[in-house]
Amino acid sequence: MSTEPAAAHHGHDDHGHGHEGAHGTMKSYVTGFVLSVILTAIPFWLVMGDVLATQRATAMAIMFFGAVQIVVHMVYFLHMNTKSDGGWTMLALIFTIVFVVITISGSLWVMYHLNTNMMPMTPHDMRNMP
Amino acid sequence: MAYQTAHNAPAGGKPAFYVTDGHEHVHAGDSTPLGFWVYLMSDCLIFAVLFATYGVLGRSYAAGPTGADLFDLSLVAINTAMLLFSSITYGFAMLAMEKGKKSAVLLWLGITGLFGLAFLGIELYEFHHLIHVGATPQRSAFLSAFFALVGTHGLHVTAGIIWLVTLMFQVRQRGLIAENRRRLMCLSMFWHFLDVVWIGVFSFVYLMGVLQ
Amino acid sequence: MTINPAEQTSFLFGRLTLEALPLHEPILVATFGAVVLGGLALVAALTYFKLWGYLWREWLTSVDHKRIGIMYIILALIMLLRGFADAIMMRLQQAIAFNGSEGYLPPHHYDQIFTAHGVIMIFFVAMPLVTGLMNLVVPLQIGARDVAFPFLNNFSFWMTAGGAVLVMMSLFIGEFAQTGWLAYAPLSGSDYSPWVGVDYYIWSLQVAGVGTLLSGVNLLATIVKMRAPGMTLMKMPVFTWTALCTNALIVASFPVLTAVLALLSLDRYVGTNFFTNDLGGNPMMYVNLIWIWGHPEVYILILPAFGVFSEVVSTFCRKRLFGYTSMVYATVVITILSYIVWLHHFFTMGSGASVNAFFGITTMIISIPTGAKIFNWLFTMYRGRIRYEVPMMWTVGFMLTFVVGGMTGVMLAVPPADFQFHNTLFLIAHFHNVIIGGVVFGMFAGIVYWFPKAFGYRLDPFWGKVSFWCWLIGFWVAFMPLYVLGLMGVTRRVSRFEDPSLQIWFIIAACGAGIIALGIAAFLMQLFVSFLKRDQLRDVTGDPWDGRTLEWSTSSPPPAYNFAFTPVIHSHDAWWDMKQRGHERPLQGYHPIHMPKNTGAGIILAGLSVAMGFALVWHIWWLVALTFVASIAGTIIHSFNYNRDFYIPAEEVAQTEGSRTRLLAGE
Repeated sequence: MSTEPAAAHHGHDDHGHGHEGAHGTMKSYVTGFVLSVILTAIPFWLVMGDVLATQRATAMAIMFFGAVQIVVHMVYFLHMNTKSDGGWTMLALIFTIVFVVITISGSLWVMYHLNTNMMPMTPHDMRNMP
Repeated sequence: MAYQTAHNAPAGGKPAFYVTDGHEHVHAGDSTPLGFWVYLMSDCLIFAVLFATYGVLGRSYAAGPTGADLFDLSLVAINTAMLLFSSITYGFAMLAMEKGKKSAVLLWLGITGLFGLAFLGIELYEFHHLIHVGATPQRSAFLSAFFALVGTHGLHVTAGIIWLVTLMFQVRQRGLIAENRRRLMCLSMFWHFLDVVWIGVFSFVYLMGVLQ
Repeated sequence: MTINPAEQTSFLFGRLTLEALPLHEPILVATFGAVVLGGLALVAALTYFKLWGYLWREWLTSVDHKRIGIMYIILALIMLLRGFADAIMMRLQQAIAFNGSEGYLPPHHYDQIFTAHGVIMIFFVAMPLVTGLMNLVVPLQIGARDVAFPFLNNFSFWMTAGGAVLVMMSLFIGEFAQTGWLAYAPLSGSDYSPWVGVDYYIWSLQVAGVGTLLSGVNLLATIVKMRAPGMTLMKMPVFTWTALCTNALIVASFPVLTAVLALLSLDRYVGTNFFTNDLGGNPMMYVNLIWIWGHPEVYILILPAFGVFSEVVSTFCRKRLFGYTSMVYATVVITILSYIVWLHHFFTMGSGASVNAFFGITTMIISIPTGAKIFNWLFTMYRGRIRYEVPMMWTVGFMLTFVVGGMTGVMLAVPPADFQFHNTLFLIAHFHNVIIGGVVFGMFAGIVYWFPKAFGYRLDPFWGKVSFWCWLIGFWVAFMPLYVLGLMGVTRRVSRFEDPSLQIWFIIAACGAGIIALGIAAFLMQLFVSFLKRDQLRDVTGDPWDGRTLEWSTSSPPPAYNFAFTPVIHSHDAWWDMKQRGHERPLQGYHPIHMPKNTGAGIILAGLSVAMGFALVWHIWWLVALTFVASIAGTIIHSFNYNRDFYIPAEEVAQTEGSRTRLLAGE
């Protein structure tokens, strides 16, 4: 899947029907695809090749590349922008991201404290506890 | 500031209080993309709960197998590739739709469906393998959370494939009429959304799961 | 009621046997008899008056948002009777179970009653009232012809009704959960609740939850996309604003309930270990997750009530709402804050000081925008020309009652104090104080306020006032004793007591419940009397209260298409503005109007869901498979139907509007 023919077709894509919201072009889809491949390959390489010195650094890198790739998908595949539907899709997305972050980080925070206070144990205990 | 437009009437006259020219300001289907997007956002919250559950229980191995013992990253990489390919082929279907090429749309949809099936096949093979070696959903909270999260994603892909096949019949039957274009657009959002969720799954579950 | 779940499963009926019918429980048998007789009488009457076709064509399959809204409210009122019957049984039991008396309810029955009471009142009374009122009013307030997805609206209603049907089935076939309304794990797990009660709980909420979620998506899209020209966000009526925020909360929180109940059902059906005591499961995670849904749910209920009060206050004081902008911002702030306070429901679980302090503070912060709203209503009344019609009485009653509930809420928000109050009757008194004083009063205000819009005649004010006073006095008599008992340390969900000095308080509370029962009876009487006197109470203007928002600009009841000409909005309080500036109703030049067709798909798909829920409860696997495949096939078949709309011809519009013109002229 090379980018060469994609670029050649680019000129034909502009006469789409404007009334159904934003669409991509061949160029944007291929750009998104190439970026996604790169952003997927790097974390897999980091983990499978055991590249970074500490596990912590690897975990941070995975999170980082994951987040970037989500943005790439949003922009190039889901065509997110601030204009479609008067900005409401973007607003809904931001609202959702805030709630997703609250749900996940809140649960982790609350449950971490509950576990430390109510069932004090080391991670080693935890993995071996029946 | 909210009242700036309150007196936009021609001087001395009353402003128009009704649309009288019969021009409807909303049309059937106008709200569909936004409505479907809002539905996807609610689906996001379901996945957020499953991710949170995996985050909390993901290290509770109950003296059973861990992610490092079980996950085969090369398989996951192949699976990721399948989903990524299916995303771009769906994109091509949308481009073909914009050009009004019905047979190209059907072709690309078919290819997308095949990639989706390949993804599901590999996932089922993985699940079968895990259960075969005794890593069942009942074995530990970690495995319960793993199967629930990955399985829910898989169920969504299954639903997407059923929808995709239905839509192929409908496009063949009625062509690229406005309703079908709208449905293709919604399925496109659904399909790309599943790919976004998968980024979270392979990063958070598989890649971080094999780290100790 | 000790039936071993492992035994007695057959292919055909799963674990459903004749023993599942509670023939040995006289109360249930009598209730069942009454329900069967009532049902037969209803069926006979419908057949005799040949109403089946009318009912099916005009109501059950209707996609008209007004009719769906009315059906939601009818569902809520029916379920209110069931939920209230549970309440009065509990009050009676607690008033007599002293001095060694066992009362009249055995513990397993009592436990089912308090669970059913909570589930029914929240999911099948408060939610349908709120959704019904939003359905009825929001499209009219924004000048739209219908909601964004009319078929989905019908389907949502039937899913909600389907959940209610499953709960009602549990009364006569098997049992309901004995776990409390949130079914905390591990009590709700298969180890401690082996029989069908929790399964009924799970599947009724899952079925109804789908309906609620889809209706949330629908109304959200409606408000965002279908406002009439000129209606910018800051010109929307406050009720529409609160509906927008409520539906945003529904979309953001109901998936959490769906997911956590799905995990619980995996624990029960598949044997996974999410919330179990062993193999790494963590029951505290269940409590954490269900309250991430549970707290926003409280605000889902109260925000529309705030919206109703805002409309009522400004109409009956003949003033623009004081502080419209601050009202909107307060609503938005409450919406967001409601998502970061959930831990205050389990301070005592032991998260420690830092976590408890954070959630305690966020909880207290919510009282600030809420207080701002109270002041806005008070300042609207200040120097207004207040008309004490029934909706206004509910509003004033709300303000006096709700403030007390809000303040006890702040007391509960202080973590160290909560360690004393947690799970006592103080908490019960608090949340009934805000839910009855806020949501129920708000919904009654809304029903009385919009009833003439829905049916074309007003509700009889005498019986309305009787109902209001009974509810208000009954509430205070019923729940103030519970505050006292809670401060003395009496815990909730207890079916018999040792200390005789407590009895007097329970007797007073039972009297209060009796007064509330009179309030409900008076409300039903109000509906009945108003129907009889409908010609005297008739409203031909469409604007009986001299209203301010667009729903009062069309006829009562509105035509199927709501507005012959879409209104153009120039100001907040659009209809008031139109009246002030002398608008003229156009009398000719009608156009054909594009409308959605009615469809039976919603009721059929929801019926299949109920059958599937029932089959899942009883482990009738062949029926599960059958109904599952049938629902998917039904959905696909429905998607092949492209013929979903029609045009109301211009002549018909002209005829409808012409008869209204004659009515307005007083002919």
